[in-house]
Amino acid sequence: MKEAELVIVGAGPAGLSAAIEAAKAGVKVMICDENQRAGGQLFKQIHKFFGSRAHQAGTRGIDIGQNLLNEVEKIGVDVKLDAVVWGIFSDRRVGIVHEGKNTLVKAKKILLATGAAENVLAFPGWTLAGVMGAGAIQTMVNVHRVLPGKNVLMIGSGNVGLIVSYQLMQAGAKVAAIVEAMPRIGGYAVHASKVRRAGVPILTSTTIKEAKGKEKVEKAVIIKLDDKFKQVAGSEKEFDVDVICLAVGLSPLAELAWMAGCKFTDVPELGGLLAIHNEDMETTVPGIYVAGDIAGIEEASTAIEEGRLAGIAIAESLGYINAAAAKEQKQQIYKRSDQLRDGPFGIGRRKAKEVLISRSLKQ
Amino acid sequence: MTLIKDGFFDADELKILPGVPSEERLKKGPVVVIECAQQIPCNPCEEACLKGAIEIGESIVNLPKLNADMCSGCGLCVAACPGQAIFVVDMAYSQTEATVQLPYEFLPCPKEGEVVAGLNRAGEKVCDAKVLKVLAPKKFDRTAVIKIAVPKNLGMIVRNIQLKNSDKED
Ligand SMILES: Cc1cc2nc3c(=O)[nH]c(=O)nc-3n(C[C@H](O)[C@H](O)[C@H](O)COP(=O)(O)OP(=O)(O)OC[C@H]3O[C@@H](n4cnc5c(N)ncnc54)[C@H](O)[C@@H]3O)c2cc1C
Ligand code: SF4
Ligand code: SF4
Repeated sequence: MKEAELVIVGAGPAGLSAAIEAAKAGVKVMICDENQRAGGQLFKQIHKFFGSRAHQAGTRGIDIGQNLLNEVEKIGVDVKLDAVVWGIFSDRRVGIVHEGKNTLVKAKKILLATGAAENVLAFPGWTLAGVMGAGAIQTMVNVHRVLPGKNVLMIGSGNVGLIVSYQLMQAGAKVAAIVEAMPRIGGYAVHASKVRRAGVPILTSTTIKEAKGKEKVEKAVIIKLDDKFKQVAGSEKEFDVDVICLAVGLSPLAELAWMAGCKFTDVPELGGLLAIHNEDMETTVPGIYVAGDIAGIEEASTAIEEGRLAGIAIAESLGYINAAAAKEQKQQIYKRSDQLRDGPFGIGRRKAKEVLISRSLKQ
Repeated sequence: MTLIKDGFFDADELKILPGVPSEERLKKGPVVVIECAQQIPCNPCEEACLKGAIEIGESIVNLPKLNADMCSGCGLCVAACPGQAIFVVDMAYSQTEATVQLPYEFLPCPKEGEVVAGLNRAGEKVCDAKVLKVLAPKKFDRTAVIKIAVPKNLGMIVRNIQLKNSDKED
């Protein structure tokens, strides 16, 4: 059986950042991604990112992705594309189908950086063609340059809904409205203001009631919600749209962690059931680590920091970095992560992470 | 309240922001207006201003604070803001007109001299606006900064533009 020091599953910002830190320290890294191109979500993100200079703030996501790829290439990491990891077995054996061929690799350490999956919303008509996830739309528009439709109703006013609305308009579609079940906009006001001043109404306390059409979406019916989230009869409104875009949250893509036997806990602030991990990002199964959206739905900037942290911790546990040097590097990462998990949008996530880590101590 | 319910500021919400200059300062000539109201982890504006007129400080969730006397209205910070929340307003441009510099990321980009519609924060057309300048150097990384002239009373109202021929409904 093939052997490897570190196998990373998923070449998004978390996986790539971990690969860079570990390889820099001397670890021999293999990183697998099911796609034809590395970068994860970053290659859909054509907008400028937030953060500080250390997080490349003001740089577009695509360019942050390219910078990570350049670095990975320079250091000489073994990047396997078209490589689906389908199972994790005892003794840290990893099942990979690479370019159609099945192999089993025995790894000293495994990092799961598989990201997240989109949540769906069921309503009458939701199986009609034209009801799509925001992630799929973002891939179509920004990667493949295909417009899914001309008139779009967006469901969800979190940052994803707001940003994808803006990008649909940049691509030439019309966004009829953004509807939000909560009484307030979920994402950053600066993103909301940007689409609002381009003429898109944002309708809070409102939800989708029904999609109408023969074979594909032709109309969307929305309805007001009262303060108990009950539909207000008679408040329906109809829009002529050919696409209904769902941006109603993400959930960690954690099947491989379940399969590996990691213990899970429910942390709603971070997207639901999560593999418990410690301050080094190691799960309850020794040698198996998590980083990025699988360890809590956050942002690319936090995914990068968690990836770096896992990479350093893994290099340390393999004996490539001494404890003192590792500690210093980790301290810097904790500090930068705390900066990101601050303010009204971040402090809840910081507290939730603390709870998650405290639960690992109890194991 | 309007900001988190509708996505745009009402006049009172705007006035209290530390990034918005006083009325007296606005009267004196070009100055930046930073419409950033939430504590989000972000600070590129601080770094973009070579004159040190924008301060965020150690904690990157602090709101950007403007020292309006140090601001020349040069517009360098406009394209640097990932939230597109920064504008430069010159209320002293002429007897009858004010100018607004705003970030623009749509195609086609308007041309200098073109007349476009001026939109308010809710996206409603409020006037005609003349495009005075279009800046899109490499440094701005594909965000153009458009300078328009609008009726003087609308300098603090107009925050977007719409090209005249993009009106068509299909
Ligand atoms: C519309 C939108 C806008 C966003 N805007 C921002 C922003 O402005 N700033 C910001 O910081 N963040 C932003 N984010 C969030 C950011 O994109 C994610 O938090 C980040 O990409 C998470 O990184 P990751 O490495 O954990 O996962 P991903 O980027 O999702 O990467 C995971 C990779 O693993 C692969 N994979 C999964 N399972 C397997 C398997 N079994 N075998 C092989 N490969 C596998 C996936 O295909 C993928 O390539 C945005 C997200 C969206 C959807
Ligand atoms: S307009 Fe120029 S001087 Fe004023 S804050 Fe922006 S960068 Fe600084
Ligand atoms: S760069 Fe823009 S969004 Fe970020 S803090 Fe400054 S004004 Fe706010």
